[in-house]
Amino acid sequence: MYKYDEIDQAIVDERVKQYSDQTRRFLDGELTDEEFRPLRLQNGLYIQRHAPMLRIAVPYGMLSSRQLRKLGDIAKRYDRSYGHFSTRQNLQLNWPKLEDVPEILAELATVQMHAIQTSGNCIRNITADQFAGVAPDEVIDPRAIAEIIRQWSTFHPEFALLPRKFKIAVSGTKQDRAIIQAHDIGLEFYLDNQNKMAIRVWAGGGLGRTPILGSVVREHLEWQHVLTYCEAIIRVYNLHGRRDNAYKARIKILVKALGIEEFSRQVEEEWQYLKDSPNTITEAELERVAKHFTKMPYEPLPAHDSSFDSAVASNPAFAAWVKRNTHPHQQPGYRAVTLSLKTHGQAPGDATSEQMRIVADFADEYSFGELRVAHEQNLILADVKLSDLYPLWEKARAAGLATSNIGLLTDIICCPGGDFCSLANAKSIPIAEAIQMQFDDLDYLYDIGDLELNISGCMNACGHHHIGHIGILGVDKDGSEWYQVTIGGKQGNDASLGTVLGPSFAAEEMPGVIQKLIDVYVRERTPEERFIDTVRRIGVAPFKTHVYGEKKKEAVHA
Amino acid sequence: MPNKSNLILNNAIVDDEWTLVTMPVVEEAVKKQAGKVVLFKLTGEATHTAEQIANTVIPCSGKILVPLSVWMARREELASRHTAGELGIWLDTHELLEDLASAIGDINSLPLIAVHVERFADGRIFSIGNLLRTRYHYKNDLRAFGDVLRDQLFFLKRCGFNSYLIRADRSAEDALASLQDFSQPYQGAVDINQPVWRRVNRQPAPQ
Repeated sequence: MYKYDEIDQAIVDERVKQYSDQTRRFLDGELTDEEFRPLRLQNGLYIQRHAPMLRIAVPYGMLSSRQLRKLGDIAKRYDRSYGHFSTRQNLQLNWPKLEDVPEILAELATVQMHAIQTSGNCIRNITADQFAGVAPDEVIDPRAIAEIIRQWSTFHPEFALLPRKFKIAVSGTKQDRAIIQAHDIGLEFYLDNQNKMAIRVWAGGGLGRTPILGSVVREHLEWQHVLTYCEAIIRVYNLHGRRDNAYKARIKILVKALGIEEFSRQVEEEWQYLKDSPNTITEAELERVAKHFTKMPYEPLPAHDSSFDSAVASNPAFAAWVKRNTHPHQQPGYRAVTLSLKTHGQAPGDATSEQMRIVADFADEYSFGELRVAHEQNLILADVKLSDLYPLWEKARAAGLATSNIGLLTDIICCPGGDFCSLANAKSIPIAEAIQMQFDDLDYLYDIGDLELNISGCMNACGHHHIGHIGILGVDKDGSEWYQVTIGGKQGNDASLGTVLGPSFAAEEMPGVIQKLIDVYVRERTPEERFIDTVRRIGVAPFKTHVYGEKKKEAVHA
Repeated sequence: MPNKSNLILNNAIVDDEWTLVTMPVVEEAVKKQAGKVVLFKLTGEATHTAEQIANTVIPCSGKILVPLSVWMARREELASRHTAGELGIWLDTHELLEDLASAIGDINSLPLIAVHVERFADGRIFSIGNLLRTRYHYKNDLRAFGDVLRDQLFFLKRCGFNSYLIRADRSAEDALASLQDFSQPYQGAVDINQPVWRRVNRQPAPQ
């Protein structure tokens, strides 16, 4: 993974100094709340319900074991010994003290980490496929360009105060796993007909209050131009995006208002001036950064391992874990492993300091000292030998990190919600936990099969509810918490936004509602169909009838 | 005692030689969107009446910094001041640079262009500075004024500004220091147009 040189280190060190002074000025009363707000936000610090929340950047989800150990230490020293991995692949601390944040940032800087631009109206952390570099369907490993974009976007002076937040995702696989269509800019890498790395540029996607899937601004962009092309897009947005209404300020609203043709025309016109300007990436720079992302020193191994095969054959629990939580690898004899942070009955995406330490040890012992954060809020060991899977599973099980539920109903994506977040309309974690307890039978979960359930505590959609096969959105009605259900959302190449099922439900009804949705699916499915396929085939109506038909007999809350 | 100047020009605090000309204030109706007061004007939104422009009082001597819309409407009257090098133009962040460019033959005949930022969070000022320097090739003094605070100065400098009138209740001395916040920025911008990889031979850090 990328390692800092003196220049990278100087920037995070200088940031610590700058932010320490900003915090001092705020505490001394030299900065008003309003003036300090964008400064702390651009350092990932929110003022929350109970305490501030600090969001630490994990660029495109990559972490070293040393970094994860440091995160665990920081959570122990400055927080309550746990952290929350977010859908932007970042780590959030829920209980730090505002006065301690400069010190925390100084600690992070010692392991080449920071919290720069993890919030605020600026370019946020770049996100990527958690299997970048190891996925069999990968055409191009996008991490070197992602790192170059990270550096370019860090303190980009022209885009320091945009109308609203700005999120970029990169993907270089046949099957998109980075939800590029749900980003302000999505960069889809491919090999063009001359076998050169090219980019299909998407813009104007985003979830939130007004969910919109992105449109293609440019089919073919040579990689050298990715920074100047992004500058053209963001400049058009910076000048013409709406600042008069925060709810209409994202680039998706501008793209929608102008239409993709006119928006693209303005971008192209702007780009004519920026094309070939000094931010055009050189071969030498790509090569320098790409050296940090070369293949791991794999052992030459056969595609099969007899000890592994016999463990799978003799141990059904291990076999289930292998099936759900390990993933094919480019290198024969290796697998990628997902360590589940979705233990039933616990807050999705949370890891304790102790678990972080243990996972760091796993990474050192089994996966070249590196790991990744998935946007589905799990941790990934990308390079594990087949022969190591069994011992790893045993240890992970002991640490509560081996629930065999990846891609299943209880692998819930969930924001911190009303328990922590001051933006939330409703709690989300207790809903996730109640559903996990309702579906605690693994065999039943396997029978239900692939199903993505996403929960957001408010329409800001941190829990990506619009693209969940089942989505749950917390809403506020006259001061009490209700939940709106959508079905038919999906991430990936054939991404779609879910359809609202009908009037919302009380918290205690939610496990029952999910149960009814599953009942319809189990009744209607063909042998090969996943939940999402059934919804797409038969539509929302049968689900709606089953859920509300029986509900009406009880009590109707509308 | 004279008022201390809060004007930074090229890394030093200097006295302001320019008289800021503003339009007579008129009562503006409070606009609301989604229940919230609208704080920012839309790019290209017309905000001044002909009456305001006509009633703008222009000092008859000395260097004057005149609103763009006043210049556009009263060019003939101001032509001699322009020729004498006593005329600068200021615009708001929602005004269009295209209007400025078409209202002046040679942009470099202006010794000063100033951009007024009503609220510091209005990042349009950065694109405006960048475009003035790179698209319109403006070479003379470029000033930010209004809600100008030290924590935005580094970005303003990088976008081509060389002068900053710090908000009256804040210290210009303190603000000066922030221009040095970062020693080696990553990306090329207006002040240093080469990105770091073209300026420095980057070596891997010792582990």
